[in-house]
Amino acid sequence: MKSCDPLDELFEAARGGNRRALGKLLTMVEKRGETAAMVSERAHRDAGQARIVGVTGAPGTGKSTITGRLAAVSGASRPAILAIDPSSPLTGGAILGDRIRMDSHVDSGAFIRSMATRGHAGGLAVAVPDAVRVLDAAGCDPIIVETVGVGQVEVSIAAAADTTVVVVTPGWGDAVQANKAGLLEVADIFVVNKADRPDARGARRDLELMLDLGHRGGWRAPIVLTTATEGEGISDLWAEIESHTAHLHHSGELIRRRCRRRRDEVADRIELELSDRVHQIVNNESGEMALRRVDRNELSPAAAAELLLSTLDSDNHPES
Amino acid sequence: MDEPPVDTSLSSDAEFQAPIRVVLAKLGLDGHDRGLKVVARTLRDAGMEVIYLGLRQTTESIVAACEQEDADVIGLSMHNAGHLTLAPRMVQAVDQAGLRVPVVIGGIVPADDVPTLIDSGVAAVIGPGASAEDVVSAVRGAVERQISPR
Repeated sequence: MKSCDPLDELFEAARGGNRRALGKLLTMVEKRGETAAMVSERAHRDAGQARIVGVTGAPGTGKSTITGRLAAVSGASRPAILAIDPSSPLTGGAILGDRIRMDSHVDSGAFIRSMATRGHAGGLAVAVPDAVRVLDAAGCDPIIVETVGVGQVEVSIAAAADTTVVVVTPGWGDAVQANKAGLLEVADIFVVNKADRPDARGARRDLELMLDLGHRGGWRAPIVLTTATEGEGISDLWAEIESHTAHLHHSGELIRRRCRRRRDEVADRIELELSDRVHQIVNNESGEMALRRVDRNELSPAAAAELLLSTLDSDNHPES
Repeated sequence: MDEPPVDTSLSSDAEFQAPIRVVLAKLGLDGHDRGLKVVARTLRDAGMEVIYLGLRQTTESIVAACEQEDADVIGLSMHNAGHLTLAPRMVQAVDQAGLRVPVVIGGIVPADDVPTLIDSGVAAVIGPGASAEDVVSAVRGAVERQISPR
């Protein structure tokens, strides 16, 4: 593990289309720690070529089916899908059931990887860009990242793509919902899936209404109606993704987005490192003592936090 | 409500030590997936990451999923009396792909068939009436023996 050679070999194999090598690299990067850092650094050298598409929306809207079909219609030789599902906060386990919706309809030849959130929101914010970087360095393109659009981190991960697709279904809410949901602000493209249901047009109208009130930059998010289980509208969706890609290129927005993404990741990484240290401080002996005093109500939570924070400041070296 | 609380007591241990990743599937024509769904839940509750493939899988699709997901173990559920044919075929497919992933079988397997399956390379057989603990320890045991064979 310490030597770089086996890593180079793995990357070489992954670039050549060896799926097992790519699978291993993704595991390494997901585990965090020293090896993950080396893999990430190595991937960084070769990454930056792939188009990255985020797909998000409420549970059960059809994201996985859409994602699987998108990979197939993209016509790309090496599409990849990163499907993220939540871990149980209680046990750390997870049921990753996205593949079942992707494989069964179409054989896209896509590399599909399921990823659990592993109970640590900050960890996900670092693990996902790392995994995308590895897929990118391995020559996958496009890379479609699918997350449930619930929770700030999940939404922001899908939003950290070049193009973000937000999926809704008929009857999901009205124009008022549309305006209050933070999910919709990140959309470059809207999909109304299950369009064979009544009131798909009503859902489109509500979205149009919201967009009429204003949208970001020179791009008004198009709205695509799909029935993903039948494959209807998926090529239209891919066409919209391509025209958004073109818009990103000629407007200079692509460079801006990617810069912003890298900057955000710097902050996310620092945050993760700090939260690890917070974790250590709370769980060490003096932390436990302070918490016991909080239990007995001798110390307020705020005072305890201040007390422990002072040890964070004095303890300026990372974990020993 | 939408953001799960971070359980620190758990992440201290689980953070750098990755959970077991298990691929669960039914092979061929066999529509009885209720048991497999219970097993999925059981393994999840034991802290594993369950990649659920569900019905009508082939040895090829399962091997492909194992490669991409870097799975530690395969769990197959069989209720169609095809276990003597299909289970060894799965083991062979795994070997041929050069993967070192143990195959655990669950479902309706007569006790008389268990030695045959074990001889053909199946890592463990979980019969009817197995408790949740039995299921978890069979899967965990298969992974541990793979990492450090006796």
